[in-house]
Amino acid sequence: MTPYIVLSAILFAIGAAGVLIRRNAIVVFMCVELMLNASNLALVSFARQNGNLEGQVAAFFVMVVAAAEVVVGLAIIMTIFRTRRSASVDDASLLKY
Amino acid sequence: MSFVSVAAAGPLSMAASGGEGIPVVDPLQATGAFSLMWLLIALPLAGAVVLLLGGRATDKWGHLLGTATSFASFGLGIYLFVEMLGLSEEERQHGLRLFDWITAGSFTVGFDLLLDPLSILFVLLITGVGSLIHLYSIGYMAHDDRRRRFFAYLNLFVAAMLMLVLAGDFLGLFLGWEGVGLASYLLIGFWQHKPSAAAAAKKAFVINRVGDMGLSLAIMLMFVTFGTSSFAGVSAVAGEASEATLTTIGLLLLLGACGKSAQVPLQAWLLDAMEGPTPVSALIHAATMVTAGVYLVVRANFIFENAPIAQTVVVVVACVTLIWGAVIGCARDDIKKVLAGSTMSQIGYMMLAAGLGTAGYAYAIFHLITHGFFKANMFLGAGSVMHGMDDEVDMRRYGALSRAMPITFVTFGLGYLAIIGFPFFSGFFSKDRIIETALLENPVAGVAALIGAGVTGFYMTRLMLMTYFTNKRWAEKAHPHESPATMTTPLVVLAALSVFGGVLILSDWIKYWLAPVVGEAEEHSMPVPPIVFSIVITVVVAIGVALAFFLVGRRDVPREAPTDVSPLTRAARADLYGDAINEGLVVGPGRVLVEGVTLTDAKVVDGLVEGGSYGIGGLSGRLRRLQNGFVRSYAAAVLLGVLVVVGVLLVVALA
Repeated sequence: MTPYIVLSAILFAIGAAGVLIRRNAIVVFMCVELMLNASNLALVSFARQNGNLEGQVAAFFVMVVAAAEVVVGLAIIMTIFRTRRSASVDDASLLKY
Repeated sequence: MSFVSVAAAGPLSMAASGGEGIPVVDPLQATGAFSLMWLLIALPLAGAVVLLLGGRATDKWGHLLGTATSFASFGLGIYLFVEMLGLSEEERQHGLRLFDWITAGSFTVGFDLLLDPLSILFVLLITGVGSLIHLYSIGYMAHDDRRRRFFAYLNLFVAAMLMLVLAGDFLGLFLGWEGVGLASYLLIGFWQHKPSAAAAAKKAFVINRVGDMGLSLAIMLMFVTFGTSSFAGVSAVAGEASEATLTTIGLLLLLGACGKSAQVPLQAWLLDAMEGPTPVSALIHAATMVTAGVYLVVRANFIFENAPIAQTVVVVVACVTLIWGAVIGCARDDIKKVLAGSTMSQIGYMMLAAGLGTAGYAYAIFHLITHGFFKANMFLGAGSVMHGMDDEVDMRRYGALSRAMPITFVTFGLGYLAIIGFPFFSGFFSKDRIIETALLENPVAGVAALIGAGVTGFYMTRLMLMTYFTNKRWAEKAHPHESPATMTTPLVVLAALSVFGGVLILSDWIKYWLAPVVGEAEEHSMPVPPIVFSIVITVVVAIGVALAFFLVGRRDVPREAPTDVSPLTRAARADLYGDAINEGLVVGPGRVLVEGVTLTDAKVVDGLVEGGSYGIGGLSGRLRRLQNGFVRSYAAAVLLGVLVVVGVLLVVALA
C-alpha cells in the first residue's frame, strides 16, 4: 500500500506548490483539483487497506464537491477575466487592508 | 413602657456595672406635662418651616412669629422646670420615645428624648438667651431686607440646639449636632455677598466636619462595642468595656467637642465666624452652640470616668485653649474678635472643669450658664456699639463712648465685671470654683487657669478702656447714639442675669441638682479655707486689670495700631498663627497630596490606559498588513497552519 500513499503525498505536494507559486488562476485551479485527487487516492488506498467502504464513500463525496466547485470556480474566473482582462490571481487583490 | 430600660435596679441606681459612683441614665417614662417635651423642639422648628416655606408672604410678620415660637418654647421650658423642681430627686429623669427611628433585624434605634436636670438647664439657657436675642435682632436687623430669612435660620438653630440637648441617644444628639452646624454655617454666611463672610462660613463648616467625623466614629464604636448608642444603654454597661476602647471613644468624642467648641487644634474657625451678624455671634458663637462640646463631655461622663487618659487629654486641650484664646484677646483690635478669643478661653475653662471629672462637671455647667449670660450680654453690647457707630468694629475708632451710649455702657460694664470675676458677680463664683477645683485636682492646670484669669482681666479691661473711655477716635461721620428699646431690653435682662447668675451656686444648689446625672464627688479636705483661693484669684485678676490701666488707660490710644511691637503681640494679632499652622500642617500637605494624586492620575493611570491603547493600535496597524489581498498568501498561511498542526500531532503521538 505504501507506494499509493507516497504517490498521493507527492501529488498533494505538487498541487500545494502549484497553488502557492503559480499566478494563472486556471493553473491554480487545476492544482487545487490535483490536491483533491491526491486526497481521493489516499482515501481509496486506506479503504482498501482497512477493507471497508468508508474511504471510498468519502472519495465520492470529494468528487461531487469538486465538480460543484469547478462550476462555481470557473464562473468566478470567467467573470474576473472579463472585467480585468487578466487571469492572474495576484491581480485580484482588491479585498485587503 | 417603651423606653429602653437597662438597669433593673430602678432610677439612680449607682451603676451596678458602670463603675463606682457613676450614675446610670435610667429615665422614667414621661407622663403628664413631661410628655409635651417634644413641643420644645417642635415649636421653633415649625417657626423655621413656616418662615422658609412661606417666602415673601411672611416678610411682614416673620420676625414676630420667630420671636413668638422661641418665647413659647421658653415658657414651656420654665413650666417643665418648675414641675421638675417639685419632684423628688429620683423622679427627675424623663424619657420619651417618639417613634422607632432605625429598625434592622434585632437592632433598633429609637427617636428618644431625655429631659433630666442637665438638659432642662440647657433648655432654659438656649430658649431664654435665644428669645432675648430674637428680640434684640428685631431691632438689629430692622434695615435688612432678608430679616425674615434671618429669623427662620435662628428658629432652625434653636430647634436643632434643643434637639442636641434633649436627645436620649447619641444618634439623636448627632442629629442636633449637625443641625446646629448647618444653622451656624447659614448664619455666619448670612451676608453672603461679602466674600469674607462666605469664606468664613465655609471654613467653619469644613473645620467642624473634622470634629463631626470624630463624633460619628465614636458613635459607631459604641454601636460595635455596646450594641446601642442610647445614653441609658451605654451608661449601664460602659464600665465593662476595655479601657482602650473607652479611651478611644473618649478621644473621638473629644475631637467632636473640639470642633464644635473651637478648642485647640480646631479653634481657627471661631474668629472668622465673627463675620456673621452680631446676634448670631452672641447666640451661637458665644452662649449656646460652642458650648455643645462641654455638654457632650459632661453628658458622656460615664465614658470619661472610665477613661482617665482621655480625661487628661481633655484637661490638656482645655488649658492650651484657655491661654491661647486669652492671648489672642489681648492683641486684637476688632471688638468682636476680642470677644471671640475670650469665648474660646472661657470654653477652655468649662472644658477644664469637665476634664477634672466628677468634681468639676457641675462647675463646668455652672460656668457655661453664667458665661452664656455675660458673654451674650457683651456680644449684644458690642452689636449695640456697632449699631451706633455705622458697623465699625475697630476699637481704635471707638473711645469715650460711655456718654453716648449710657445703657449699653452700663450693661456691658456689668458683663465685664462678671467675666473678670469681680467679687459677687456671677463669673466670680463660677470661675473661682473651677480654678479652685483645678488647683486641688491638678495643680498644673490650676496654675494655667489662674494665669488665664489674670490675662482675662487684662484683655477685658483693655476692651472696656478702648471702647468706652480714653480719647475719641471716631470716624468723621460717626454719630454714636443709643440703640432702640428692642435692643436695650435684652441687654438689661442679660446684665441682670450676669450680676445675679451666681445665685445658682448658693448652698451648692447646682451641684445637688446635677448629682443624679453626673454623680457627686467626695468632699475634699481643703488645705486652706476657700476664702484664700478667692483672695488669690482676685489679686491675680486685679494685677491684670491694673496692668491694662497702666498700659492702655494712662495715655491716648493711637488710631493706627503700633507696628514696633513684641513678637508675642505680632503672633497674637495673627491669632497665634492658627491659620498658618493649619495651612502648614493640613492644607499644604493636603494640596501636595492632591497635586500628587492628580499628577499620578494624569501620568501613570492615563499613561497606562492610553499607552495600552496606543500599543494595541500600533500593533493592529502592523498586523492588518497581513491581510494583503493575495489569495496565495492566505493559502500559504493555511498550509503553514496545517503543517504546525500536523507537527504537533506527530510530536504528541511520538512522545
